[in-house]
Amino acid sequence: MTKRVNTTKMAQFGSDAFAAKSFWHNGPAPGASYNFPNMRSSSGEEEMQRSQTPITTGTSVLGLKFDNGVIICADTLGSYGSLARFRDCQRVMKVNNNIAVGVGGDYADFQYLKRVIDQKIMDEHIADDGFALKPKALYTWLTRVMYNRRNKFDPLWNNYVVGGMQEGVPFLGAVDLRGMAYQDRHIATGYGSYIALPLLRDAADKNPNMSLQQAKEIMEKCLEVLYYRDARSFPKYQMAIVTAEGVTVSDVLEVKSNWEVAHMISGF
Amino acid sequence: MAMTEGANRYLPDYSSHPVQHHFSPYSDNGGSIVSIAGDDFVVIGSDTRLSSGFSIHTREQSKLFQVSNSTVLGSTGCWCDTLTLTRLVEARMKMYEHSHNKVMSTPAIAQMLSTMMYYKRFFPYYVSNVLAGLDTEGKGCVFSYDPIGHFSRSDYRAGGSAGALLQPLLDNQIGLKNQEGVTAAPIPLKRAVAILKDVFISAAERDIYTGDGIEIKIITKDGVRTESFGLRKD
Amino acid sequence: MFRNQYDSDVTVWSPQGRLHQVEYAMEAVKLGSATVGLKSKTHAVILALKRASSELSAHQKKLIPIDNHIGISIAGLTADARVLSRYMRTECLNYRYSHDDALPVSRLITDVGNKMQVCTQRYDRRPYGVGLLVAGYDDNGPHIYQTCPSANFYDCKAMAIGARSQSARTYLEKNLDKFADCDVEELVKHGLRALRDTLPNEVELSTKNVSIGVVGAGLDFTIYGEEEMSRLLTAIEGEERRGGAQAAAAAAAAEPAQPPAADPAAPQEEAMDTDFGN
Repeated sequence: MTKRVNTTKMAQFGSDAFAAKSFWHNGPAPGASYNFPNMRSSSGEEEMQRSQTPITTGTSVLGLKFDNGVIICADTLGSYGSLARFRDCQRVMKVNNNIAVGVGGDYADFQYLKRVIDQKIMDEHIADDGFALKPKALYTWLTRVMYNRRNKFDPLWNNYVVGGMQEGVPFLGAVDLRGMAYQDRHIATGYGSYIALPLLRDAADKNPNMSLQQAKEIMEKCLEVLYYRDARSFPKYQMAIVTAEGVTVSDVLEVKSNWEVAHMISGF
Repeated sequence: MAMTEGANRYLPDYSSHPVQHHFSPYSDNGGSIVSIAGDDFVVIGSDTRLSSGFSIHTREQSKLFQVSNSTVLGSTGCWCDTLTLTRLVEARMKMYEHSHNKVMSTPAIAQMLSTMMYYKRFFPYYVSNVLAGLDTEGKGCVFSYDPIGHFSRSDYRAGGSAGALLQPLLDNQIGLKNQEGVTAAPIPLKRAVAILKDVFISAAERDIYTGDGIEIKIITKDGVRTESFGLRKD
Repeated sequence: MFRNQYDSDVTVWSPQGRLHQVEYAMEAVKLGSATVGLKSKTHAVILALKRASSELSAHQKKLIPIDNHIGISIAGLTADARVLSRYMRTECLNYRYSHDDALPVSRLITDVGNKMQVCTQRYDRRPYGVGLLVAGYDDNGPHIYQTCPSANFYDCKAMAIGARSQSARTYLEKNLDKFADCDVEELVKHGLRALRDTLPNEVELSTKNVSIGVVGAGLDFTIYGEEEMSRLLTAIEGEERRGGAQAAAAAAAAEPAQPPAADPAAPQEEAMDTDFGN
């Protein structure tokens, strides 16, 4: 995701204190009051103005397969830009008895799609034909939903991590806001892709058949490191575990962190 | 407002202006494909790295899609477009089978793929496609595409992020271009696979979007066989 | 020509609480040649008797593949069956595109049922004049479904529809408890015997007039080729036609009871003349 300050021309060049100051503040630009014919060209740049931006956001989502199941974790912070605004935004969701989903990005978009997914599950209950949505099917369906919204230049600004059990085998896949998707043994989105993913890869390489307990410990470690380093993270999180027995989404748990080293740092 | 008048004004976090996220529908997820055709076989290989910029999403992403018993499509570039395109091809293959009572031939798939790509001429699938298969006579053939549906048949082709890097290498090793005193002979399967592996090792050295491993599919009259091979992971 | 005061329109009820147009459409199924479906614990098989409308024409196709895991056989208006099969194919294809999985058979049948029902409740429509036997395999195992022009559908262990199919049903009922543990070969043979019982004594099953389709665990829907069929046909050749005369007689006794009571002269003969049934 690229962040960009879209203001005056000057601001676009970043924090250049020596740049000339703009002539006009807090008012219409020169000539803007007139309605010149053909002024509003429909160039690509202006088409983009339609596209939304994420408002209340969740940060990283982590997913990890272990020998007979999948874990998905995410913290409960809803950030409003740099403001830690909502402290109990739960974004790990049980879909049915064999699927859990973790979501990052815009919280409103997630809530919208959650309703759609819940309706899908309810339709299945109504059909009452003994079939339950499979994780691979939900994952593929999500790629279509996300891709179709991208085609309208109106994306759902989310990352989805889908975990579950299918035919007795753990499934873990990720879908982003364009409908780009992949499956792997370990997945981390957002800041987690820089900080947690190397830790997860290392752990999975060293221990290809890890137990639930070992997987939990690694996830807790990742969340702790993310809490230290990701400024949009939070020490409260949820953990979903999918095994052949079903899906459990934990209550809100707390990251065990240690800030003693902070006293030794000075000069700021 | 006074606060924002100073140097701080240009720090994004303290800006009073709304932060705009610029949405681009495309992403470059890298990946390379190489395909070499022989008289009665064709091999196609792709690396297995899926990345965005400097981040590797997964090291185990196959980019080869088997569309029939004698045709394999390799597709890289904007991964969400690849996923969509290949799903559509799969559906179209079945529709053809239903209405014609036979499996589509490789040249027919090649033409169909072009039509499907050109249909999106003004909002293209941002992908590099290489289609490998046996033609109706059982000869190996390779079709390659640009993102808007231009395609041509050849005996060997490199595509994707390291395509421009590898094509001259293939021209030299297989096409025997600009060399005197050489006689062109049909390439044996063993050599084709060996060249394919070498070429990917070279690509992984220079192209950061190519690496982790390769998946090779060898198509003969007996069907499709898969091999894999490791590449550097950095 | 009117048979009844209340049959001018699908939307008109008779005082007895019947929809005559819908019942007439049900008769169209009986004009088509017989088709049989049965299943074991692991596989579902459909077989059909093919007709050639004349010496000059080929035998009419009776089996239609829908998707990797579903195939249907038809009895009634072939043209209507084509519309329905196209719908079923599209539904399966769409489900595969959006979910990367096979559409559960029961869901497909429900959708088909809903589509067919519309035609039985609107003055500007007519019911589909075709009955289907659907063979499918999904996570719940093998299935045989029967659909009717009335938009009813039934989940069956075994079923036969079409002309003289009562004889086949008699065979299926007699042998019902053997099917569950059959292997594919035995299952197909049972199907062939059931199908053979629908034939007049002087006619024999042959590779020309039979179609066989199988689907099951680890096996996509396949229509048998001539070689496979002649092998299976030889395997049941020479066996005594168990149902033979008896079953035909039983069928003759059973069939007249089925047409609507208010409709003593069954429409068979006239409709036969139009020769649209398969």
